[in-house]
Amino acid sequence: MDAILQSIIQGLLLGGLYAAVGVGMSMIFGIVQITNLAHGDFLVLASFVSLSVMGAMGWNPFLSLIIVIPVMFVIGYIVQVTMLNKVLSRGAEPPLLVTFGFSIIIQNLLLYFFTANAQKLSTPLLLKSIAISANIRIPVMYLIACLVGVAVIIILGFYMRNTYQGKAIRATSDDNEAAQLMGVNIKRTYGIAMGISMMTAGVTGVMIGVLFNFYPSSGSTYLIIAFAVVVIGGIGSINGTLVAGFIFGLAQVVGGQILGATYQQLIGYIVLLIMLIVRPQGLFSK
Amino acid sequence: MNNALLKVEEIDAFYGDFQAVQQASFAVGDKEIVSVIGTNGAGKTTLMKVIGGTLAARGGKVRFEDTDITGWPPHKIVDLGISQVPEGGKVFGRMSVKDNLIMGSYTAKARRGARAALERVYELFPMLKEKADQDAGSLSGGQRQMVAIGRALMSNPRLVFFDEISLGLAPTVIKDIYARIKQLNREGITIILVEQDVKRSLRTCETAYVMLKGKVVLSGKSTDLTEESVSRAYFGM
Repeated sequence: MDAILQSIIQGLLLGGLYAAVGVGMSMIFGIVQITNLAHGDFLVLASFVSLSVMGAMGWNPFLSLIIVIPVMFVIGYIVQVTMLNKVLSRGAEPPLLVTFGFSIIIQNLLLYFFTANAQKLSTPLLLKSIAISANIRIPVMYLIACLVGVAVIIILGFYMRNTYQGKAIRATSDDNEAAQLMGVNIKRTYGIAMGISMMTAGVTGVMIGVLFNFYPSSGSTYLIIAFAVVVIGGIGSINGTLVAGFIFGLAQVVGGQILGATYQQLIGYIVLLIMLIVRPQGLFSK
Repeated sequence: MNNALLKVEEIDAFYGDFQAVQQASFAVGDKEIVSVIGTNGAGKTTLMKVIGGTLAARGGKVRFEDTDITGWPPHKIVDLGISQVPEGGKVFGRMSVKDNLIMGSYTAKARRGARAALERVYELFPMLKEKADQDAGSLSGGQRQMVAIGRALMSNPRLVFFDEISLGLAPTVIKDIYARIKQLNREGITIILVEQDVKRSLRTCETAYVMLKGKVVLSGKSTDLTEESVSRAYFGM
């Protein structure tokens, strides 16, 4: 019983982070109407950027965020404005292929510079936990990752509701022709949206890098998590993303506890499959 | 007309290989109401797109006061004081009425006057204040047009064009909207009405231009034009 309770706690905490893994992809899905197949690779790229910053400056992973976040924004903005924007008018496939290209390029660049070895963003916090009862403990790093993930989503929601730029992003996703009439520069707005999406990938990439080992090829794992969260939550719904993150995290960890850790990933995919069959529009889509 | 506020000169505009506007010229005087009349597909909306900067013309010039604004991006054109109520309103359906209005003051220049503009729009359309927090997509067609008009006013424009404002609306609603347009004009805003409705356009405007197959085929003071002559030009007879 305690073991199940322990895994529920862990699953929920992981879910908060998963939600933030998905929210950036969901945003680009909803606004720019691109399926960013490289979202997971960008996330892992952020883990490696953090690793380099930590190495160069002797900082801890959390401090490295002050460099990782702006770097990821700039990468996202440039990638969108110089490449993706150019192919947007040519239908759905060209941008999809471009992001697939990014995925391959990022993986191979990382392989070239960092080798295929497992990496980790180390912090002593990973080993700390808070005892709730004799057999139940809350791992501190999971708690931090969850809080950071939820914070990312709350800040993003606030930004989208309360700032001119956020409203412009929403307006563009609603009707980009009308947004243009309001004086919104669509291509620049797409650039900013991708930049913000990459900022979320940056934050979550660092959290993931602290919690788990990562390799240049880890991107696909997180792409699938992001994809699952988007599908379960409903495209473009920030609240849906949050709930979906919790569902997916719970399913993975609790399922893994019951059926054995080797099934952890598989269970996640089964939940995704069921969701696609039962409610393909997502829990919260309008 | 030498002191025209807006002057459109020999515009050619294309969609791919299809020429939607051919050598179209017209002028709008300051504080005037001008209507551009024509059937569906006559090139009216295309011409408005060219003026608003969302479609590039292949030839011709657009002047606002003495500035050549041909090819300017939309946000600069909004900042000059030109805004539009597009066909069907094109409100942001998943955003609140208030956020729709706020989007109307998006440009840097408009933001400075946004608070005052919002008060003025609420005064003009108290309904919008009542429904401020409702999603614009949940409103009726007429109410959505009010949102679109309010949104166009948020940048304190000098010139507003209304594209097919009466399309699909009930006659009483149309009457109400036209009364508002005249009121805006009395307050000093220059108006361009793009319409299919010959009768109503002629009754409201001072100058009318009739378009057919991408060309301006007839123009004149509304008092000089008879409904019959306009109808004939309208149908190309």
